[in-house]
Amino acid sequence: MKVKVKVWRQKNASDKGGFKEYEVLTDPDSSFLEMIDVLNQDLLNKKEDPVAFDHDCREGICGACSMYINGQPHGPSKGTTTCQLHMRSFKDGDSITIEPWRAAAFPVIKDLVVDRTAFDRIIQAGGYISVNTGVTVDANAVPIEKEKADEAFKAAACIGCGACVAACKNASAMLFVSAKVSHLALLPQGAPEADIRAAKMLGQMDKEGFGSCTNTQACEAMCPKEISITHIARLNRQFFKSGFTASDQS
Amino acid sequence: MSWISSVLGSSIGKKLLMALSGLFICFFLVIHLTGNLQLLAGDGGQSFNEYAKLMTSNPLIKFVSIGTYLVFLLHIIDGLMLVFANKKARPVKYAVGAKKGSSISSRNMGILGSIILVFLVIHLYNFWFAYKFGSVPTVDYGHGPVKNLYAVVALAFANPLYVILYVLSMVAIGFHLLHGFASAFQTLGLNHAKYNGIIRFAGIAYSILIPLGFAIIPIYFYLVLA
Repeated sequence: MKVKVKVWRQKNASDKGGFKEYEVLTDPDSSFLEMIDVLNQDLLNKKEDPVAFDHDCREGICGACSMYINGQPHGPSKGTTTCQLHMRSFKDGDSITIEPWRAAAFPVIKDLVVDRTAFDRIIQAGGYISVNTGVTVDANAVPIEKEKADEAFKAAACIGCGACVAACKNASAMLFVSAKVSHLALLPQGAPEADIRAAKMLGQMDKEGFGSCTNTQACEAMCPKEISITHIARLNRQFFKSGFTASDQS
Repeated sequence: MSWISSVLGSSIGKKLLMALSGLFICFFLVIHLTGNLQLLAGDGGQSFNEYAKLMTSNPLIKFVSIGTYLVFLLHIIDGLMLVFANKKARPVKYAVGAKKGSSISSRNMGILGSIILVFLVIHLYNFWFAYKFGSVPTVDYGHGPVKNLYAVVALAFANPLYVILYVLSMVAIGFHLLHGFASAFQTLGLNHAKYNGIIRFAGIAYSILIPLGFAIIPIYFYLVLA
């Protein structure tokens, strides 16, 4: 099959950038990233600069790939990352527009690669737990009820790809922050820092320049791990609890 | 005090103020509609005019109305602040806009709110300002003169342009509420499988019935009474 791809090309962070169109001959069973690989091989053969894009595991769990394809982060398949998207989701002769994540907090480094270290700083602000050193604790020493463990696991499925930010009309990172806060809030291991976690992580999110949540639910619809906005409600509750009751607030 | 400004000044804090002020306005709209429906009483405006007199002379109601003005102001200013901050969060727009995954009203709350704000200014000028500071004819029902706001309303609703503006504004309010009502509960952290369905149903029912109730009045005045 043959597709027309319109790709965002930008030499570096300070370059203005613009779209460039290419024709790619690809197989319906190849993944979207393999289609870009073919394009890049063509460009290399022509001694042109290949398209820079993030990728790592290519099996949907690392959160590295990050393309905004035809108006949707990670493309048209529900609950999939770009690497798990296949060319059979498109028709022969289709035009495909590929853009980088667009957010003030995710500046473009080159072409389709954006700087997502803002997420790391949010995690550093409070997305951790205190663990005692010493002997290894028995795996089942702390009882956790099944429903809570399941809910925490669903939040922990977040791979931090930033699709929620890309999908949100406000470029808000609330779904990401909520997944991390919710994951730890549901488990007893997260209890020691529970009073300050939400406020610290949200404070960092605001500082990074992400927008605020307007509950459009676009993040939930576009999340490759289908993280639910119920976690955002839990983040809000955790934030009110830390904001209005935590003892460290002066 | 610093903790108050840091909590309420944060993105969730600003949303909390939006949700609380929004729900207060939802409550206000029910009271407002209950009062307005007296326009349809068919008594030449007596009950409506006496009600308007009570609403502007009772000290307790006057106190609450000052609070209502402040809540409206808070909702407008906080909303505008959020809209501008959110615009700044995405300086470079996408070439292909997102159309899936969210409702039209949820994506256009700022625009809908601005339409409602324009309507609110015109609406307050026509009725509230006229009643408080303008010259309104009086009518006597046997216990002293009462301002005849009914006559002002009847005159305004005889103008087809005003009726159209009013009805279209009610449509905008309906769409604003369609997202806003349920969204307020989500912001407050009230999201649970046990009652999400109730909130969604109440939100849809509220955002259809309340604007419809308001819109019936000018349509009735224009088509039946005029």
